[in-house]
Amino acid sequence: MSTPKIEMQDVHKRFGSNRVLRGVDLSVAPSESMVIIGGSGTGKSVTIKSVLGLVTPDKGSVLVDGKDVRKWKRETLLDKFGMLFQGGALFDSLKVWENVAFRALRSKSTEECRELAIEKLRRVGLKPETADQLPAELSGGMQKRVGLARAIATSPEIIFFDEPTTGLDPIMSDVINDLIRELVVELKCTAMTITHDMTSVRKIADRVAMLHDGVIQWTGPVGDMDASGNPYVEQFINGRADGPIEAVR
Amino acid sequence: MAALSVLHGFVAGVGATVLGFCQAIGAVTLFALRGLLAIVTPPWYPRELLRQIMKIGYYSLPVVGLTAVATGGVLALQIYIGGSRFNAESVVASIVAIGMVRELGPVLGGLVVAGRVSAAIAAEIGTMRVTEQIDALTTLSTNPFKYLVAPRLLAGVLTMPILVAVADTIGIMGGWLVGANRLGFNPETYIRNTVDFLTFGDIASGLVKAAVFGFIITLMGCFHGYNSGRGAQGVGRATTNAVVSAMVLILAFDYLLTELFFST
Ligand SMILES: Nc1ncnc2c1ncn2[C@@H]1O[C@H](COP(=O)(O)OP(=O)(O)OP(=O)(O)O)[C@@H](O)[C@H]1O
Ligand SMILES: [Mg+2]
Repeated sequence: MSTPKIEMQDVHKRFGSNRVLRGVDLSVAPSESMVIIGGSGTGKSVTIKSVLGLVTPDKGSVLVDGKDVRKWKRETLLDKFGMLFQGGALFDSLKVWENVAFRALRSKSTEECRELAIEKLRRVGLKPETADQLPAELSGGMQKRVGLARAIATSPEIIFFDEPTTGLDPIMSDVINDLIRELVVELKCTAMTITHDMTSVRKIADRVAMLHDGVIQWTGPVGDMDASGNPYVEQFINGRADGPIEAVR
Repeated sequence: MAALSVLHGFVAGVGATVLGFCQAIGAVTLFALRGLLAIVTPPWYPRELLRQIMKIGYYSLPVVGLTAVATGGVLALQIYIGGSRFNAESVVASIVAIGMVRELGPVLGGLVVAGRVSAAIAAEIGTMRVTEQIDALTTLSTNPFKYLVAPRLLAGVLTMPILVAVADTIGIMGGWLVGANRLGFNPETYIRNTVDFLTFGDIASGLVKAAVFGFIITLMGCFHGYNSGRGAQGVGRATTNAVVSAMVLILAFDYLLTELFFST
């Protein structure tokens, strides 16, 4: 077996008295599409942020390409990653195309960057006219797709998608699912996606991990998900209110 | 027994406040050092710097000008009243000039710019923190200290002296308008008195103060915005704290700097 692209070992993180991660172990192989599912507020976003170093774990370690993230040169490490934030996180003082081509703007000419941005916007189903608008002038779903375009703009090796299809119509969701699949299959990206949308899970996942109570409760190939025998997974994928996951606290 | 526990509570409260205060000073100092380091090391973002110079400097001109002209005029009237008690009305021109250049230009300019700029910076950076834009910057391999903090600090230090120089000029003009029209001074004599009594030291000390205040104003905006709490409430608190702390620091440093210039 080759070295995992990303490996999290016993990662703990607490905010005050809120113990969010309590020993997450997760490993993602190169050019594999991992999907993380789990209830709202269980720490899925915190999990991927701790890989990027946006959240510093209290305990445990994160390895990328077999090397501890604390030993990587920060720039070199981050250049491998693209990230779609749950809220889009577009720079609202910059135009859409400047957002998409933000990283490229440091090394390439303005013209090249604009073209690159327009091409990436097309991939997420946005017209070239949007390029010159400001993020605040776009609808929520359009902002999300601009965030997506920015995440894939430099063709990174590893891409994190935090709820890529939330707020999109079913057709656009399918376009985005196809896009993520294509990045993994054709461009050999490693993808880690957070989603609540079970259609998306089945479409984009190679493997699925279920996060609950601060630990990964189950992980396995997407094909085994329906017959996992894990009560947490079963309750989640069937969307039942009763089960081991308490819906009303 | 009860008295003892009240005393204990009091001492503990004072201790916690002092500790918190020291911690805050440490955090601000560290932040300022990181900001200064970011100013002197590449990569630089000249476009951002230019934008901030426009926002901090150019767009502050109207409020600073208005404050200055009013202050200059009022100063002339008050000094005339005070001076006439000693039969020394003739000092109006030179005292307006010295008061404006050494003290009121930088301090009042600093205070109004603090109200405008510290608040704007804290709100902008705070919103960027809350909406994860700062995290996004980091993941796009861009150091927020170099991209956000350094251009603002530098713009503050560069533009405040210019703003204050403009304020000084306008303030002296305000005094001159009142002196010549309302108090019956000869316009030319008034100007000659202004020019003859101002020294290079007066002007330089005022401009040095201005640069320091420019740093304080932008530093407080960046610091509170960068460490903003979550949600709209967090940003609101950051904005208030930025303005209040900038004003308090301006007044404290004004005394320190005046004392420094006084003894040299
Ligand atoms: N910066 C922070 N400071 C304090 N608490 C935080 C912070 N970030 C996250 N949390 C807390 O950590 C918990 C998990 O948050 P997280 O955003 O990871 O949830 P999530 O699984 O992504 O949920 P959702 O599906 O709703 O996005 C929440 O209880 C949240 O309040
Ligand atoms: Mg989340």
